[in-house]
Amino acid sequence: MKPGTKLKSAVCDTEVMVIRGAHVTIECGGAPMAEDKPDEGAVINEEFAAGSQIGKRYVDASGELEVLCVKAGQGTLAIAGVPMAFKEAKPLPASD
Amino acid sequence: MNVALILQMATDADPQRVGLVCTRRNWSYGELLQAALGAAAIIADTGCEHVALLDEHSEAAPIALFGAALAGKPYVPLNYRLPDADLAALLARIRPACIIGDIDRIGQLHGASDHHCLSRTGFIAAAERAGDFALEENSDGQDIAVQIFTSGTTGAPKAALLRHANLLGYILGSVEFCSAGENEAQLVCVPPYHIAGISAILSSVYAMRKIVLLPGFHPDTWLDAAISERVSNAFVVPTMLSRIIERIGELSDAGVAPDFSALTSIAYGGGRMPVELIERALDLLPDTRFTNAYGLTETSSTIALLGPEDHRLARQSDDPGIRARLASVGQPLPTLEIAIRDEQGHPLPAGQRGDIYVRGEQVSGEYREGSALDADGWFPTRDAGWLDKDGYLFLAGRTDDVIVRGGENISPGEIEDLLLSHPAIADAAAVGVPSVEWGEVVAIAVVIRPGHHVPSEAELCGLIRERLRSSRVPEHIRLLPVLPYNEMGKLLRREIRALFQA
Repeated sequence: MKPGTKLKSAVCDTEVMVIRGAHVTIECGGAPMAEDKPDEGAVINEEFAAGSQIGKRYVDASGELEVLCVKAGQGTLAIAGVPMAFKEAKPLPASD
Repeated sequence: MNVALILQMATDADPQRVGLVCTRRNWSYGELLQAALGAAAIIADTGCEHVALLDEHSEAAPIALFGAALAGKPYVPLNYRLPDADLAALLARIRPACIIGDIDRIGQLHGASDHHCLSRTGFIAAAERAGDFALEENSDGQDIAVQIFTSGTTGAPKAALLRHANLLGYILGSVEFCSAGENEAQLVCVPPYHIAGISAILSSVYAMRKIVLLPGFHPDTWLDAAISERVSNAFVVPTMLSRIIERIGELSDAGVAPDFSALTSIAYGGGRMPVELIERALDLLPDTRFTNAYGLTETSSTIALLGPEDHRLARQSDDPGIRARLASVGQPLPTLEIAIRDEQGHPLPAGQRGDIYVRGEQVSGEYREGSALDADGWFPTRDAGWLDKDGYLFLAGRTDDVIVRGGENISPGEIEDLLLSHPAIADAAAVGVPSVEWGEVVAIAVVIRPGHHVPSEAELCGLIRERLRSSRVPEHIRLLPVLPYNEMGKLLRREIRALFQA
């Protein structure tokens, strides 16, 4: 996946933008995300329903994949069933 | 990847929240996005290749910036202070453009007929009416978002290009989304054609910090807006800070104590800050958090910053190394790399002065005329400087401003800093002027503080010989009523050099 690619959840409103890509499938709410939202939405898996937060950056365990949540939803972002983690950054003072 | 994402996300998070205040009109994020979408539709209809702004700051600037981004055309804010001939030359380089702003002036300029011109109010009204626009979603961010003409001190202005990926790299790497509280407001008074005017809009919208837009700078209107809008954050250039501090001093002498309790943070940059001035500001506003930002147009704004804690620590410290940091621009952003190199391009160790290079996602280093990046992606800033052992970056002027006397490199800054420590000297500039014997020699122009006696040439030369080296002693000295600066507070050295050569 190229940086800039937007992926949509099949089960909720979640949208992410790829910041750093890797050849993996990102899941949201238990279903794979794709560039186009399927017409027939899948049903959210209740085990992956902790929600996504707009403006948060998510990374996989290896740190190779990074996405920005650009639209929040009810699904949990995960890769192969493992929830993705927040990328924590030290806040900088406003400079402009 | 498109910078318009910033406004779309803010709107998704809270469409009703006020994102911009300009001449007493409040704009919610939802209204701004609607106008930007309408602007994109108008821009696409014109078939123009650029979207230019020839105007003071107003809501038309963010609407045109985001509208151009949505329409996939470069946004080109123009310097309305340029003389007609220079402006006409730039207009010819962006033909055909959709130009927003001073339509009367554009009409008078030669060769303006290919452009599609809209007045500020006409553009805003049309954008609000125009309705929706469908965005191409999966771009890789390599389109040009913003084109800024450099000031062109050494030749024709260059067209610096910032791609969506550069600007988004900067914003996503340095600003936390929706991190501002609902009561926070950012006062923006730098002109729209300056990189700081653009980054202020992008950063504030992404942080969801309300923007209070001033069309121009005057200390009284600045103070009025800061107080009446309960402004929490502001960015100023050093000359603005100097005039604000002076005005606060006058008010305080007159027994007026303005209420700055809301103003928690002031960031400054865009020129050299005299240490004396920042020390005064720190003492006068003891509860305000000061941040010094160093950046360039070609780097999408800030690349290094000296934060609030560093300011207070340096002001209170007895350690000369820590005290000295007040004259630094702080440490590089964690998202990029900075290196100091010698003239051959070899890396230099801490403490040694050389050319500043920078590399990172936000660094474009690219002009319409070609890229300035080296093979490994490093951008030569053409600023000279050094890193201290703790990684704090100190600037030593433009490499073009270095005076070369008999093969010895002399930084104007070291001479100017010393002269400014003299109680009678209000301002000082050192430049190189041609010399048959030495190639170049030092010439200084000084401004004497009112009410002080004028120091003799022997006194000034003696001070420099004693504190620096004999090679720094000026061969020419001029007293001036004031030094020439541009409106962003940049000293116009070429004008001073011209004085000595006349």
